[in-house]
Amino acid sequence: MAGLNSTRLHSTKDRENPFKHNWFVSALWLLVVCYVVYSFDAMDLSWGRIHSGLGHASDLLARMVPPNFSRWSLLLSGLIESLEIAVISSICGIFISLFLGLFAARNLMPGWVSTPVRTLIALCRTFHPVIIAILFVKSVGFGALAGILTLIVASIGFIAKLFAEAIEEISLKQVEAIRATGAGFTSIILFSVMPQVFARFIGFSTYQLDSNLRNSTMVGIVGAGGLGGTLFSAFQRFDYDFVAAILIVIIALIMFGEFLSNIVRRIFR
Amino acid sequence: MNTIDHHWQRFTLKQKLSRYAVYLVIVMAFVQSIQSVEVIPEFLLDAPEQMADMFSRMWPMDFAYYPTAVHDAMVETLNIATLGTLITLIFAIPLALMNASNIVSSVWCHWISRFFLVSSRSVNSLVWALLFVSIFGPGVIAGVLAIAFRSIGFVGKLLGEALEEVNMGSIEALKATGASWLSILLKGYWPQVLPAFFSIVLFRWDINVRESAVLGLVGAGGIGVVLDDSMNLFQWDRVAVSLLAIFVIVILAEILVVNVRKRLI
Repeated sequence: MAGLNSTRLHSTKDRENPFKHNWFVSALWLLVVCYVVYSFDAMDLSWGRIHSGLGHASDLLARMVPPNFSRWSLLLSGLIESLEIAVISSICGIFISLFLGLFAARNLMPGWVSTPVRTLIALCRTFHPVIIAILFVKSVGFGALAGILTLIVASIGFIAKLFAEAIEEISLKQVEAIRATGAGFTSIILFSVMPQVFARFIGFSTYQLDSNLRNSTMVGIVGAGGLGGTLFSAFQRFDYDFVAAILIVIIALIMFGEFLSNIVRRIFR
Repeated sequence: MNTIDHHWQRFTLKQKLSRYAVYLVIVMAFVQSIQSVEVIPEFLLDAPEQMADMFSRMWPMDFAYYPTAVHDAMVETLNIATLGTLITLIFAIPLALMNASNIVSSVWCHWISRFFLVSSRSVNSLVWALLFVSIFGPGVIAGVLAIAFRSIGFVGKLLGEALEEVNMGSIEALKATGASWLSILLKGYWPQVLPAFFSIVLFRWDINVRESAVLGLVGAGGIGVVLDDSMNLFQWDRVAVSLLAIFVIVILAEILVVNVRKRLI
């Protein structure tokens, strides 16, 4: 808080105006405006195109309503496959991350263990799940397996990183206390590290289950199983009322997932 | 034995039972899913071989392809991500203001804003892209709008939470001087949420760079189109160049965001 020392407090003249004009920030905003103009130009966006698009949008919405649930068996099988993909990949991914996170924690492991594990985790996180899904679809073929492998990779990239960070923040006093009793490595992990980070780990895991549910409805777009494939083919056949039905089901599924993960979080608090 | 008959327990019986119930449900769901999911085991056994084959086709990379097609597509991808993030703000800021209970007290406003925020987040950016491709046709505009609509929920929710954590003292002081609601927003709330605002927007931009790279797969512009084309033609050396370009851009974006955050916040 500039201007609060005693000499300044009395002279009202050079008291700093807290709302004075900041030229640097104004320049930044100007830069943003210039960028927007440039990118609109570079991408050939025009109001005419947006205007005609709005007409198409109302057409599309008119064709989406009412949603068509007549092919419910197709919808249900896609939904179940998405759920299965999400469950299997979350459980496998969380289980693998549990170990990778431990190995990546710099305060428990020597550098020659943690650095390669950290690199592996970062690599899992760099690519978007859809790109990983494409690579898996090409290597293991179409279907749920590619989706499961993709989401396992995505889960490792997210949970193992956060889990390692959580472990690095623990208090080492409890670790020393357990070590002083002569406990082995496994006991140190189980009785001094895990109790400190378990609640946060559950938090990350439920969040990941949530996002795996979301992503399992999407990997199907590139052929990796689940509801996404049904959605994509409905789009390509212009069955917009069926698309609306699928979207409603996806939103309901995600809300259900959020409800479920809230329950789990409350139990493990 | 009588002196120490109290037994210390970390959890009550109810807590224990509910925890075991969760474990049981997880195991059951896992077993059920493994049994019914359609996985062909031969494909899994075959996977390492197929993957090695794919990577061997990717090498050596076709670097000559970079200046002809990949570079422009990469710039387009960055434009989609940036413009999408900027357009998000137009929608996200009003929704965040409506969602913050210390700014708008009407319950109806909260429900309306929450509805928009949740539906924006529930629909994946690829699905948004599909929708906008069928509205505006294939091209960049669908990508920009897909990124924008996907980000509204994220930015709006986090910004709303930042607004709710504002120290109300200065707001009350401003109100006491009879300031209009616009100047209360600009001079009271805005300076306090400024760091959170920039960190949220930067974070989202970083995510959007990754997301905009795949939008082209459904025809919404950017590097994804190049990736999709060369994959359909089985030109794996070109696929490898595109993947490398995405990798480099994602890393650069992350380094940029980390450094700007350090400067700004």
